[in-house]
Amino acid sequence: MKTTMITAIAFLIMAVGHAQDKNKSVSFEVKGNCGMCKSRIEKASIKLKGVKFATWSPETKQFEAVIDERKITIPDIKKRIAEVGHDSDGFTAPDSVYNKLPECCKYRDPASVHMDHGNKN
Amino acid sequence: MRFVFFLLLIVTVDCGYSQFQVKGKVLEFNEKGKTIPVPNANVYWLSTSIGTSTDIDGNFSTPYQKDIRQLVISSVGYRSDTIPVNRPNLGNIVLYPNVVLDEVVVEKEVAPIQKSLFKVQNVVSVDSREMLKAACCNLSESFETNPAVDVNVSDAVLGAKQIQMLGLNSPYLMFTQENMPSIRGASQVFGLSFIPGSWIESIQITKGAGSVLNGFESISGHINSELVKPLTDQRFFLNLYANNFERYEFNSRFNKNISDELGVGLYVHANLRNGYIDDNQDSFYDTPLARQINFMNRWQFMDPESGWVSYANIQYLSDTKELGQTDFDIDTDKLTTNAWGSEIATSRLDISAKAGYVFPELPYQSFGFQTAYSAHDQNSFYGLNEYDINHKSFYSNFIFNSIIGSTQHKFKTGLSFTYDGYEEFVNNNPFNRYDNSVGAFFEYTYDSLEGLSFVAGLRADSHNNLGDFLTPRFHLRYSLWDKASFRASFGRGKRGANIFAENQQLFASSRQININGSNGNYYGLQPEKAWNYGVSFIQKLYLWNRVMDFSIDFYRTQFENQVVVDWENPREIAFYNLEGDSYSNSVQVDLNYEILQDFHIRTTYKYFDVVTDYNSGRLEKPLQPTYRFFVNLNYETQKIAEKQWRFDFTSNWLGRQRLPNTSANPAEFQLQEWSSSYNLMNAQITRVLSNNFEVYLGGENIGNFTQSNPILSSNDPFGTYFDSTILYGPVLQSLYYVGFRYKI
Repeated sequence: MKTTMITAIAFLIMAVGHAQDKNKSVSFEVKGNCGMCKSRIEKASIKLKGVKFATWSPETKQFEAVIDERKITIPDIKKRIAEVGHDSDGFTAPDSVYNKLPECCKYRDPASVHMDHGNKN
Repeated sequence: MRFVFFLLLIVTVDCGYSQFQVKGKVLEFNEKGKTIPVPNANVYWLSTSIGTSTDIDGNFSTPYQKDIRQLVISSVGYRSDTIPVNRPNLGNIVLYPNVVLDEVVVEKEVAPIQKSLFKVQNVVSVDSREMLKAACCNLSESFETNPAVDVNVSDAVLGAKQIQMLGLNSPYLMFTQENMPSIRGASQVFGLSFIPGSWIESIQITKGAGSVLNGFESISGHINSELVKPLTDQRFFLNLYANNFERYEFNSRFNKNISDELGVGLYVHANLRNGYIDDNQDSFYDTPLARQINFMNRWQFMDPESGWVSYANIQYLSDTKELGQTDFDIDTDKLTTNAWGSEIATSRLDISAKAGYVFPELPYQSFGFQTAYSAHDQNSFYGLNEYDINHKSFYSNFIFNSIIGSTQHKFKTGLSFTYDGYEEFVNNNPFNRYDNSVGAFFEYTYDSLEGLSFVAGLRADSHNNLGDFLTPRFHLRYSLWDKASFRASFGRGKRGANIFAENQQLFASSRQININGSNGNYYGLQPEKAWNYGVSFIQKLYLWNRVMDFSIDFYRTQFENQVVVDWENPREIAFYNLEGDSYSNSVQVDLNYEILQDFHIRTTYKYFDVVTDYNSGRLEKPLQPTYRFFVNLNYETQKIAEKQWRFDFTSNWLGRQRLPNTSANPAEFQLQEWSSSYNLMNAQITRVLSNNFEVYLGGENIGNFTQSNPILSSNDPFGTYFDSTILYGPVLQSLYYVGFRYKI
């Protein structure tokens, strides 16, 4: 019983202690349109080792993340995001991937923003 | 014959004029939602210059152009309309103002009851709009239009409403108010009526094993209610309600924002039940006389920049109920055999505080601290029985949230401390006890982002009466295909039964209390322990462009130990430890659909199999309907100029219920083995007159079903056979109410 509690407290302190060094907040612009893009961008980046938290806003196009800089760099993330179809400064998605995106996600076409995004619930 | 001639004449006239006139009237809506004529609107045939314009009353008339058949109506400041002409009188044509369309926002209001596809637990979220459907009055009644939870009336005298989930009574459910335990211990039976419905912002109902965060007591489910928040609630709210049985309710809320970060709210509820009602003429009131006053003062602090959020609440309530025979006079007849009467006087103080901090740089990391104190004091007598309970409770919980590696792996961990002190007097026999526990918990949440997620939790508690023990809880969700989820869960709960507080109706009978405990810590009885397992499936789909959702679930609760409450001998109520088997199986099927625009139907079928091994053998749980079938119809008109109609209708079929054994009684006080099945209907109409004001009118039990003879031996309440505890249907006849809500 006592050991369980001590472990829990130790864990707590460790987690807080951890919070200081290896948590770098980064942000950059990623091209995209909609909620589907958001899910694709966030999924691809969070699965990278060293990315702790990732969010992308369809309104501002800003990608924000908390990363462990010892394990990953911004270009690594941009590269991975481009691999799933989204351009960012310095990294362009291959046409083969881009062309397979759903019509509403084809952000290079200015008209795509106004497209019907289907029944999302 | 004359008719044929008339027809002929029309045909002839039609042929005679090669160009007959097409007529119509052009209108618009004014700010009040009334139609007014549009004069001088242009009316012309599509792609031509043939046409006319409307007169001062909006009327027009123009010769029919059979090659074109399309009429264009236009006017400056309005959107033009093109109308196919297929009849000579086009009737009323409404033009809409020409608004600048810079962005089209398609909005669909979220349904007031939400079953999530994505949450790991099987959670039903209910918002305040749903609570308005049961216009009266407190938390227990809020569930009457909701199929996830069943509302039962405890007995024919007290009329306390209790709720059930998965075939188990409320002590096996965990209630929390803003995630802090409430309605437990002494307030088990009446506690639901101590939370006014109008204070509630939303309710989350979780079926099956809950989370380890809130403790180890929950077995069949967890219900959390969120109260309105001072910073975001309406500035002022007033509601009055009255019904034909002289029940009056007053609800008011007042909120003020002291600064952008700090808000304060003062909430007041009062009710009075003043109707001397005995429609079934059994000499007992059909509904208690009652008075309640309930205050809350609430403070909210929220500063998103620094990451701090905090609440502080203080609530005081005083509640008195008088019940029993109509000729009972408390001043002269209390605790005498002149007449049977009862009074239940409760006062309660609740103080709670919460603080939370989100690390500004690390949005996934936060901690929270909650603490609550309550003092509950009930003094009561039922005929010659006296029952007093005083319950003081202290609770605190510290939670830390963070991640392991990334937000795919989240965890919550923390510590909790509880203290409960009970002082009970049952006919002047004291029963004193205190419970305290210290516990630690850890809960891990995994999300594969590809459809699989699970929550695994474990807590370890050290409790003075329950011992040292572990509580595991596990929930899994898997997305089978588009818009379909499969869920499974299991978990264990453990608790000590407060046998008197939970079964207070026993005092309104001549039954002898028989506790067959050995050396357990709870009135000599052992703690209760049970496992709960469940699976569920939900599919949402679009049928003719409208959302339909279908879900089915199965839950089983298996008791390892239970305090069996045995009503099977009409002379006594016995409490003893379970020997053998006790389980509850429940199946629920839901189908919800929007049949027409804004017309919703919700249907639910539930089947229960609740069985316990009593000393007298294996029996179905008494007073438990074998099935329930629920239909709710809801229609809302479009809101035009702040005005709206809302219609709501609920029907509940309850299957037959096994009645406790009364074969030892003389023939006149014997009951059938099973009750009949019956149907209850509620309906409500709300008229929204403006964004600030609405009135409502409704009825409950409009089919007027009542249980005949709800009290056994009601004419001899001090005799051997008096028993008001065998209640399977309503005592009160059809009830009609009116009320209004005013808010700023």
